[in-house]
Amino acid sequence: MVNTPPLSRETLFTILDAVKDPEVPVISIVELGIVRDARATDGGVTITITPTYSGCPAMHTIAQDIRAALAVYGVDEVRIETVHAPAWTTDWIGPEAREKLRAFGIAPPGPVDHEGGLVALTRRRQAVSCPYCGSPRTELKSEFGSTACKAIHVCLACRQPFDEFKPL
Amino acid sequence: MSPSTPGAPASPAGPRTSPPANALFEYVLRLGDDRLVLGHRMAEWCGHGPILEEDIALSNIALDLTGQAAALLALAGEIEGAGRSEDALAYFRDETAFRNALITELPTGDFGFTIVRQFFFDAYSLLLWDVIAKGGHAKLAALAAKSLKEDTYHLRHSSEWVRKLGDGTPESHARAQAAVDALWRFTGELFERDAIDDAAAAAGVAVDHAALAAQWRELVEGVLREATLVVPAAPGAMVTGGRRGRHTEHLGHLLAEMQIVARSHPGASW
Repeated sequence: MVNTPPLSRETLFTILDAVKDPEVPVISIVELGIVRDARATDGGVTITITPTYSGCPAMHTIAQDIRAALAVYGVDEVRIETVHAPAWTTDWIGPEAREKLRAFGIAPPGPVDHEGGLVALTRRRQAVSCPYCGSPRTELKSEFGSTACKAIHVCLACRQPFDEFKPL
Repeated sequence: MSPSTPGAPASPAGPRTSPPANALFEYVLRLGDDRLVLGHRMAEWCGHGPILEEDIALSNIALDLTGQAAALLALAGEIEGAGRSEDALAYFRDETAFRNALITELPTGDFGFTIVRQFFFDAYSLLLWDVIAKGGHAKLAALAAKSLKEDTYHLRHSSEWVRKLGDGTPESHARAQAAVDALWRFTGELFERDAIDDAAAAAGVAVDHAALAAQWRELVEGVLREATLVVPAAPGAMVTGGRRGRHTEHLGHLLAEMQIVARSHPGASW
Protein backbone atom coordinates (compact mmCIF):
# COMPACT_ATOMS: atom_id res chain seq x y z
CA MET A 1 0.00 0.00 0.00
CA VAL A 2 1.27 3.41 -0.95
CA ASN A 3 1.65 5.77 1.95
CA THR A 4 -0.12 8.96 0.96
CA PRO A 5 -1.20 11.82 3.18
CA PRO A 6 -4.86 11.66 4.28
CA LEU A 7 -7.30 13.48 2.02
CA SER A 8 -8.57 16.76 3.38
CA ARG A 9 -12.25 17.38 4.04
CA GLU A 10 -12.27 19.84 1.15
CA THR A 11 -10.76 17.31 -1.26
CA LEU A 12 -13.23 14.66 -0.16
CA PHE A 13 -16.15 17.02 -0.77
CA THR A 14 -14.76 17.83 -4.22
CA ILE A 15 -14.59 14.11 -5.04
CA LEU A 16 -18.12 13.53 -3.74
CA ASP A 17 -19.43 16.50 -5.70
CA ALA A 18 -18.92 14.34 -8.80
CA VAL A 19 -21.44 11.80 -7.46
CA LYS A 20 -24.79 12.73 -8.95
CA ASP A 21 -28.17 11.88 -7.52
CA PRO A 22 -29.19 8.70 -9.41
CA GLU A 23 -32.73 9.98 -9.94
CA VAL A 24 -31.94 13.64 -10.56
CA PRO A 25 -28.61 13.31 -12.39
CA VAL A 26 -28.03 17.06 -12.81
CA ILE A 27 -27.24 17.74 -9.17
CA SER A 28 -24.73 16.12 -6.88
CA ILE A 29 -25.22 14.54 -3.49
CA VAL A 30 -23.18 17.41 -2.03
CA GLU A 31 -25.47 20.01 -3.64
CA LEU A 32 -28.50 18.13 -2.32
CA GLY A 33 -27.14 18.28 1.21
CA ILE A 34 -27.02 14.48 1.52
CA VAL A 35 -23.31 14.53 2.46
CA ARG A 36 -23.11 15.93 5.98
CA ASP A 37 -19.46 15.26 6.70
CA ALA A 38 -16.36 13.66 5.22
CA ARG A 39 -13.16 12.95 7.08
CA ALA A 40 -10.05 10.83 6.89
CA THR A 41 -9.98 8.18 9.56
CA ASP A 42 -7.55 5.36 10.39
CA GLY A 43 -6.64 3.76 7.10
CA GLY A 44 -9.58 5.20 5.19
CA VAL A 45 -12.36 7.75 5.19
CA THR A 46 -15.69 8.14 6.93
CA ILE A 47 -18.54 9.73 5.00
CA THR A 48 -21.61 10.86 6.90
CA ILE A 49 -24.82 11.00 4.89
CA THR A 50 -28.46 11.70 5.68
CA PRO A 51 -31.42 10.22 3.84
CA THR A 52 -33.69 12.55 1.87
CA TYR A 53 -36.92 10.60 2.30
CA SER A 54 -37.03 7.59 4.66
CA GLY A 55 -38.07 5.31 1.83
CA CYS A 56 -35.90 6.75 -0.92
CA PRO A 57 -34.61 3.69 -2.81
CA ALA A 58 -31.75 5.75 -4.24
CA MET A 59 -29.91 5.80 -0.92
CA HIS A 60 -28.42 2.34 -1.54
CA THR A 61 -27.21 3.37 -4.97
CA ILE A 62 -25.78 6.56 -3.52
CA ALA A 63 -23.75 4.59 -0.96
CA GLN A 64 -22.38 2.38 -3.77
CA ASP A 65 -21.60 5.42 -5.92
CA ILE A 66 -19.71 7.05 -3.03
CA ARG A 67 -17.52 3.95 -2.69
CA ALA A 68 -16.92 3.84 -6.43
CA ALA A 69 -15.98 7.53 -6.61
CA LEU A 70 -13.48 7.19 -3.76
CA ALA A 71 -12.02 3.97 -5.16
CA VAL A 72 -10.85 5.97 -8.18
CA TYR A 73 -8.60 7.90 -5.78
CA GLY A 74 -7.32 4.70 -4.20
CA VAL A 75 -9.52 4.97 -1.13
CA ASP A 76 -10.90 1.50 -0.51
CA GLU A 77 -11.62 1.71 3.20
CA VAL A 78 -14.85 3.70 3.16
CA ARG A 79 -17.11 3.80 6.16
CA ILE A 80 -20.54 5.28 5.48
CA GLU A 81 -22.48 6.54 8.47
CA THR A 82 -26.13 7.56 8.34
CA VAL A 83 -27.43 10.34 10.56
CA HIS A 84 -31.07 11.37 10.95
CA ALA A 85 -30.70 14.65 12.83
CA PRO A 86 -31.05 17.35 11.76
CA ALA A 87 -33.66 16.00 9.36
CA TRP A 88 -32.86 16.63 5.71
CA THR A 89 -34.54 19.67 4.23
CA THR A 90 -34.76 21.07 0.70
CA ASP A 91 -33.61 24.38 2.19
CA TRP A 92 -30.08 22.95 2.00
CA ILE A 93 -30.19 23.01 -1.81
CA GLY A 94 -28.27 26.13 -2.92
CA PRO A 95 -29.23 28.67 -5.62
CA GLU A 96 -26.89 27.20 -8.24
CA ALA A 97 -28.33 23.72 -7.83
CA ARG A 98 -31.87 25.13 -7.98
CA GLU A 99 -31.04 26.68 -11.33
CA LYS A 100 -29.73 23.32 -12.57
CA LEU A 101 -33.02 21.69 -11.54
CA ARG A 102 -35.02 24.32 -13.40
CA ALA A 103 -32.90 23.89 -16.54
CA PHE A 104 -33.52 20.13 -16.29
CA GLY A 105 -37.29 20.74 -16.28
CA ILE A 106 -37.88 20.31 -12.55
CA ALA A 107 -39.35 23.24 -10.62
CA PRO A 108 -37.00 23.84 -7.67
CA PRO A 109 -38.41 23.61 -4.16
CA GLY A 110 -39.84 26.74 -2.59
CA PRO A 111 -38.64 27.65 0.90
CA VAL A 112 -39.92 25.54 3.79
CA ASP A 113 -42.10 28.28 5.19
CA HIS A 114 -42.92 26.88 8.59
CA GLU A 115 -41.01 25.99 11.71
CA GLY A 116 -41.59 22.25 11.50
CA GLY A 117 -44.00 20.38 13.73
CA LEU A 118 -47.70 20.29 12.95
CA VAL A 119 -49.08 22.29 10.05
CA ALA A 120 -52.76 23.17 9.58
CA LEU A 121 -54.46 20.78 7.18
CA THR A 122 -56.05 23.66 5.31
CA ARG A 123 -52.70 25.28 4.67
CA ARG A 124 -52.00 25.77 0.96
CA ARG A 125 -48.57 25.67 -0.59
CA GLN A 126 -47.16 28.57 -2.54
CA ALA A 127 -47.76 28.57 -6.29
CA VAL A 128 -45.07 26.84 -8.34
CA SER A 129 -43.74 28.48 -11.50
CA CYS A 130 -43.44 26.43 -14.69
CA PRO A 131 -39.77 25.50 -15.27
CA TYR A 132 -40.38 25.63 -19.05
CA CYS A 133 -42.17 28.94 -19.68
CA GLY A 134 -41.89 30.59 -16.26
CA SER A 135 -45.63 31.13 -15.91
CA PRO A 136 -46.97 31.16 -12.36
CA ARG A 137 -50.30 29.84 -13.69
CA THR A 138 -49.80 26.19 -12.80
CA GLU A 139 -51.94 23.54 -11.19
CA LEU A 140 -50.96 20.83 -8.73
CA LYS A 141 -52.01 17.41 -10.05
CA SER A 142 -50.57 15.22 -7.31
CA GLU A 143 -48.22 15.73 -4.38
CA PHE A 144 -46.64 12.35 -5.17
CA GLY A 145 -44.65 11.95 -8.36
CA SER A 146 -42.10 9.82 -10.17
CA THR A 147 -39.79 9.78 -7.14
CA ALA A 148 -40.35 10.35 -3.43
CA CYS A 149 -39.07 13.92 -3.65
CA LYS A 150 -41.31 15.15 -6.46
CA ALA A 151 -44.85 16.37 -7.05
CA ILE A 152 -46.67 16.54 -10.41
CA HIS A 153 -47.96 19.85 -11.79
CA VAL A 154 -49.27 21.06 -15.10
CA CYS A 155 -48.68 24.51 -16.59
CA LEU A 156 -51.92 26.20 -17.60
CA ALA A 157 -50.04 28.61 -19.90
CA CYS A 158 -47.89 26.25 -22.01
CA ARG A 159 -49.83 23.05 -21.11
CA GLN A 160 -46.64 21.26 -20.16
CA PRO A 161 -46.84 18.78 -17.28
CA PHE A 162 -43.78 19.03 -15.05
CA ASP A 163 -42.19 17.75 -11.85
CA GLU A 164 -41.62 19.89 -8.80
CA PHE A 165 -38.94 19.09 -6.24
CA LYS A 166 -41.31 19.52 -3.33
CA PRO A 167 -40.35 21.46 -0.23
CA LEU A 168 -39.56 19.24 2.75
CA MET B 1 -64.59 -5.28 26.61
CA SER B 2 -64.29 -1.54 26.83
CA PRO B 3 -66.06 1.71 26.09
CA SER B 4 -65.94 2.72 22.43
CA THR B 5 -63.96 5.86 22.94
CA PRO B 6 -60.42 6.15 21.67
CA GLY B 7 -58.24 7.03 24.59
CA ALA B 8 -60.21 5.06 27.11
CA PRO B 9 -58.16 2.19 28.48
CA ALA B 10 -58.98 -0.64 26.13
CA SER B 11 -58.72 -3.44 28.63
CA PRO B 12 -59.42 -2.04 32.08
CA ALA B 13 -60.00 -5.50 33.45
CA GLY B 14 -57.34 -7.17 31.31
CA PRO B 15 -54.44 -9.12 32.73
CA ARG B 16 -51.83 -7.03 34.47
CA THR B 17 -48.48 -7.34 32.83
CA SER B 18 -45.22 -6.20 34.25
CA PRO B 19 -42.89 -4.45 31.79
CA PRO B 20 -40.38 -6.77 30.16
CA ALA B 21 -36.70 -6.26 30.77
CA ASN B 22 -36.28 -4.18 27.62
CA ALA B 23 -39.48 -2.17 27.43
CA LEU B 24 -38.03 0.52 25.21
CA PHE B 25 -37.17 -2.15 22.64
CA GLU B 26 -40.81 -3.27 22.70
CA TYR B 27 -41.98 0.32 22.40
CA VAL B 28 -39.88 1.06 19.31
CA LEU B 29 -40.85 -2.33 17.88
CA ARG B 30 -44.51 -1.28 18.03
CA LEU B 31 -43.72 1.91 16.12
CA GLY B 32 -41.74 -0.01 13.51
CA ASP B 33 -44.24 -2.84 13.11
CA ASP B 34 -47.16 -0.46 12.57
CA ARG B 35 -45.37 1.09 9.63
CA LEU B 36 -43.92 -2.12 8.24
CA VAL B 37 -47.30 -3.84 8.12
CA LEU B 38 -49.25 -0.82 6.88
CA GLY B 39 -46.53 -0.10 4.32
CA HIS B 40 -46.92 -3.64 3.04
CA ARG B 41 -50.68 -3.23 2.79
CA MET B 42 -50.25 0.03 0.88
CA ALA B 43 -47.75 -1.59 -1.47
CA GLU B 44 -50.48 -4.00 -2.54
CA TRP B 45 -51.91 -1.08 -4.52
CA CYS B 46 -48.82 -0.78 -6.68
CA GLY B 47 -50.05 -1.42 -10.21
CA HIS B 48 -53.69 -1.50 -9.09
CA GLY B 49 -54.44 2.15 -8.26
CA PRO B 50 -57.71 3.59 -9.63
CA ILE B 51 -55.80 6.22 -11.61
CA LEU B 52 -52.11 6.52 -12.42
CA GLU B 53 -51.45 9.48 -10.08
CA GLU B 54 -53.05 7.57 -7.24
CA ASP B 55 -51.11 4.42 -8.00
CA ILE B 56 -47.93 6.50 -7.74
CA ALA B 57 -49.10 8.27 -4.58
CA LEU B 58 -50.02 5.07 -2.73
CA SER B 59 -46.74 3.43 -3.77
CA ASN B 60 -44.75 6.46 -2.60
CA ILE B 61 -46.53 6.43 0.76
CA ALA B 62 -45.85 2.70 1.03
CA LEU B 63 -42.16 3.40 0.43
CA ASP B 64 -42.05 6.15 3.07
CA LEU B 65 -43.71 3.87 5.63
CA THR B 66 -41.39 0.97 4.82
CA GLY B 67 -38.37 3.29 5.04
CA GLN B 68 -39.55 4.63 8.39
CA ALA B 69 -40.04 1.03 9.55
CA ALA B 70 -36.50 0.12 8.50
CA ALA B 71 -35.01 2.97 10.54
CA LEU B 72 -37.24 2.21 13.54
CA LEU B 73 -36.50 -1.52 13.49
CA ALA B 74 -32.77 -0.79 13.16
CA LEU B 75 -33.05 1.37 16.27
CA ALA B 76 -35.09 -1.30 18.05
CA GLY B 77 -32.39 -3.86 17.27
CA GLU B 78 -29.73 -1.50 18.58
CA ILE B 79 -31.70 -0.96 21.81
CA GLU B 80 -32.26 -4.68 22.21
CA GLY B 81 -28.55 -5.30 21.88
CA ALA B 82 -28.88 -8.90 20.70
CA GLY B 83 -27.43 -8.29 17.27
CA ARG B 84 -30.72 -8.36 15.38
CA SER B 85 -30.77 -6.11 12.31
CA GLU B 86 -33.89 -4.48 10.84
CA ASP B 87 -34.02 -7.32 8.32
CA ALA B 88 -33.83 -9.95 11.03
CA LEU B 89 -36.68 -8.26 12.85
CA ALA B 90 -38.82 -7.81 9.75
CA TYR B 91 -38.33 -11.20 8.14
CA PHE B 92 -37.51 -13.65 10.90
CA ARG B 93 -40.16 -13.06 13.50
CA ASP B 94 -43.42 -14.99 13.62
CA GLU B 95 -46.88 -13.52 13.84
CA THR B 96 -47.16 -13.56 17.65
CA ALA B 97 -43.91 -11.58 17.93
CA PHE B 98 -45.33 -8.70 15.88
CA ARG B 99 -46.53 -5.69 17.85
CA ASN B 100 -48.46 -3.70 15.23
CA ALA B 101 -51.94 -2.40 15.97
CA LEU B 102 -54.67 -4.50 14.34
CA ILE B 103 -55.89 -1.65 12.14
CA THR B 104 -52.68 -1.82 10.12
CA GLU B 105 -53.04 -5.49 9.19
CA LEU B 106 -56.65 -5.55 8.00
CA PRO B 107 -56.94 -6.50 4.32
CA THR B 108 -56.71 -3.66 1.82
CA GLY B 109 -60.41 -3.68 0.95
CA ASP B 110 -61.69 -1.16 -1.60
CA PHE B 111 -60.14 2.24 -2.24
CA GLY B 112 -62.48 3.84 0.31
CA PHE B 113 -61.37 1.44 3.03
CA THR B 114 -57.71 2.00 2.17
CA ILE B 115 -58.10 5.77 2.31
CA VAL B 116 -60.12 5.90 5.53
CA ARG B 117 -57.69 3.51 7.25
CA GLN B 118 -54.77 5.60 6.03
CA PHE B 119 -56.47 8.78 7.21
CA PHE B 120 -57.09 7.39 10.70
CA PHE B 121 -53.50 6.18 10.91
CA ASP B 122 -51.90 9.31 9.38
CA ALA B 123 -53.71 11.57 11.86
CA TYR B 124 -52.56 9.38 14.77
CA SER B 125 -49.03 9.04 13.44
CA LEU B 126 -48.52 12.75 12.82
CA LEU B 127 -49.75 13.75 16.27
CA LEU B 128 -47.63 11.05 17.89
CA TRP B 129 -44.46 12.06 16.01
CA ASP B 130 -44.95 15.64 17.11
CA VAL B 131 -44.83 14.52 20.75
CA ILE B 132 -41.93 12.08 20.30
CA ALA B 133 -39.91 14.64 18.30
CA LYS B 134 -39.95 16.90 21.36
CA GLY B 135 -39.18 14.02 23.71
CA GLY B 136 -36.07 13.06 25.58
CA HIS B 137 -34.82 10.09 23.55
CA ALA B 138 -32.49 11.70 21.02
CA LYS B 139 -32.34 8.94 18.39
CA LEU B 140 -36.07 8.34 18.43
CA ALA B 141 -36.76 12.07 18.39
CA ALA B 142 -34.62 12.39 15.25
CA LEU B 143 -36.61 9.69 13.45
CA ALA B 144 -39.84 11.31 14.63
CA ALA B 145 -38.86 14.75 13.33
CA LYS B 146 -38.00 13.25 9.96
CA SER B 147 -41.10 11.06 9.69
CA LEU B 148 -43.32 13.96 10.72
CA LYS B 149 -42.34 15.86 7.59
CA GLU B 150 -43.24 12.92 5.37
CA ASP B 151 -46.45 12.17 7.23
CA THR B 152 -47.59 15.77 6.73
CA TYR B 153 -47.84 14.98 3.01
CA HIS B 154 -49.52 11.64 3.77
CA LEU B 155 -52.22 13.21 5.93
CA ARG B 156 -52.95 15.92 3.39
CA HIS B 157 -53.36 13.23 0.76
CA SER B 158 -55.61 10.95 2.80
CA SER B 159 -57.73 13.74 4.29
CA GLU B 160 -58.35 15.28 0.87
CA TRP B 161 -59.51 11.91 -0.42
CA VAL B 162 -61.78 11.40 2.59
CA ARG B 163 -63.47 14.70 1.70
CA LYS B 164 -63.72 13.79 -1.99
CA LEU B 165 -65.17 10.34 -1.32
CA GLY B 166 -67.50 11.35 1.50
CA ASP B 167 -68.79 14.44 -0.26
CA GLY B 168 -68.73 12.79 -3.69
CA THR B 169 -71.24 10.45 -5.33
CA PRO B 170 -73.80 8.36 -3.41
CA GLU B 171 -71.61 5.34 -4.17
CA SER B 172 -68.37 6.89 -2.91
CA HIS B 173 -70.18 8.28 0.15
CA ALA B 174 -71.67 4.89 1.01
CA ARG B 175 -68.32 3.13 0.66
CA ALA B 176 -66.46 5.74 2.71
CA GLN B 177 -69.09 5.59 5.46
CA ALA B 178 -68.96 1.80 5.45
CA ALA B 179 -65.19 2.04 5.91
CA VAL B 180 -65.56 4.48 8.82
CA ASP B 181 -68.10 2.15 10.43
CA ALA B 182 -65.92 -0.92 9.96
CA LEU B 183 -62.67 0.72 11.08
CA TRP B 184 -63.82 2.76 14.04
CA ARG B 185 -63.61 -0.06 16.54
CA PHE B 186 -59.96 -0.62 15.64
CA THR B 187 -58.97 2.96 16.51
CA GLY B 188 -59.05 2.57 20.30
CA GLU B 189 -56.00 0.36 20.25
CA LEU B 190 -53.88 3.24 18.94
CA PHE B 191 -54.40 5.06 22.23
CA GLU B 192 -54.09 2.14 24.63
CA ARG B 193 -51.64 2.62 27.43
CA ASP B 194 -49.84 -0.18 29.20
CA ALA B 195 -46.68 -0.98 31.12
CA ILE B 196 -44.54 -0.64 27.97
CA ASP B 197 -45.72 2.95 27.51
CA ASP B 198 -45.02 3.69 31.15
CA ALA B 199 -41.50 2.34 30.81
CA ALA B 200 -40.97 4.31 27.58
CA ALA B 201 -42.12 7.43 29.41
CA ALA B 202 -39.49 6.76 32.04
CA ALA B 203 -36.93 6.56 29.23
CA GLY B 204 -37.95 10.00 27.94
CA VAL B 205 -40.72 9.07 25.47
CA ALA B 206 -43.61 10.51 27.44
CA VAL B 207 -46.85 10.40 25.47
CA ASP B 208 -50.07 11.59 27.08
CA HIS B 209 -52.44 9.06 25.51
CA ALA B 210 -55.64 10.75 26.65
CA ALA B 211 -54.51 14.10 25.23
CA LEU B 212 -53.38 12.42 22.02
CA ALA B 213 -56.75 10.69 21.64
CA ALA B 214 -58.61 13.96 22.18
CA GLN B 215 -56.48 15.75 19.58
CA TRP B 216 -56.95 12.87 17.16
CA ARG B 217 -60.69 12.84 17.62
CA GLU B 218 -60.94 16.58 17.04
CA LEU B 219 -58.87 16.36 13.85
CA VAL B 220 -60.68 13.29 12.53
CA GLU B 221 -64.18 14.51 13.33
CA GLY B 222 -63.45 17.85 11.67
CA VAL B 223 -62.52 16.18 8.39
CA LEU B 224 -65.36 13.65 8.60
CA ARG B 225 -67.83 16.50 9.12
CA GLU B 226 -66.56 18.28 6.00
CA ALA B 227 -66.83 14.98 4.18
CA THR B 228 -70.47 14.60 5.33
CA LEU B 229 -69.45 11.39 7.09
CA VAL B 230 -70.36 10.50 10.65
CA VAL B 231 -68.71 8.73 13.53
CA PRO B 232 -70.71 5.53 14.10
CA ALA B 233 -73.39 6.06 16.72
CA ALA B 234 -73.12 2.54 18.14
CA PRO B 235 -69.68 1.29 17.14
CA GLY B 236 -69.53 -1.60 19.58
CA ALA B 237 -66.51 -2.48 21.68
CA MET B 238 -62.98 -1.54 20.69
CA VAL B 239 -60.97 -4.49 19.37
CA THR B 240 -57.38 -4.73 20.57
CA GLY B 241 -54.60 -7.25 21.06
CA GLY B 242 -51.97 -6.50 18.41
CA ARG B 243 -49.66 -4.75 20.85
CA ARG B 244 -49.48 -8.00 22.83
CA GLY B 245 -49.04 -10.22 19.79
CA ARG B 246 -52.66 -11.33 19.48
CA HIS B 247 -53.54 -10.69 15.86
CA THR B 248 -56.35 -11.20 13.39
CA GLU B 249 -56.10 -14.11 10.97
CA HIS B 250 -54.93 -11.64 8.31
CA LEU B 251 -51.43 -10.94 9.64
CA GLY B 252 -50.17 -14.49 9.10
CA HIS B 253 -51.08 -14.35 5.42
CA LEU B 254 -49.42 -10.97 5.03
CA LEU B 255 -46.22 -12.19 6.71
CA ALA B 256 -46.14 -15.35 4.62
CA GLU B 257 -45.97 -13.24 1.49
CA MET B 258 -43.60 -10.67 2.95
CA GLN B 259 -41.16 -13.12 4.50
CA ILE B 260 -41.02 -16.05 2.10
CA VAL B 261 -38.10 -14.89 -0.03
CA ALA B 262 -35.93 -13.97 2.95
CA ARG B 263 -36.75 -17.24 4.72
CA SER B 264 -36.28 -19.41 1.66
CA HIS B 265 -32.90 -17.89 0.89
CA PRO B 266 -31.45 -16.69 4.20
CA GLY B 267 -28.49 -14.38 3.75
CA ALA B 268 -29.03 -14.02 0.01
CA SER B 269 -28.06 -10.74 -1.62
CA TRP B 270 -28.68 -9.37 -5.07
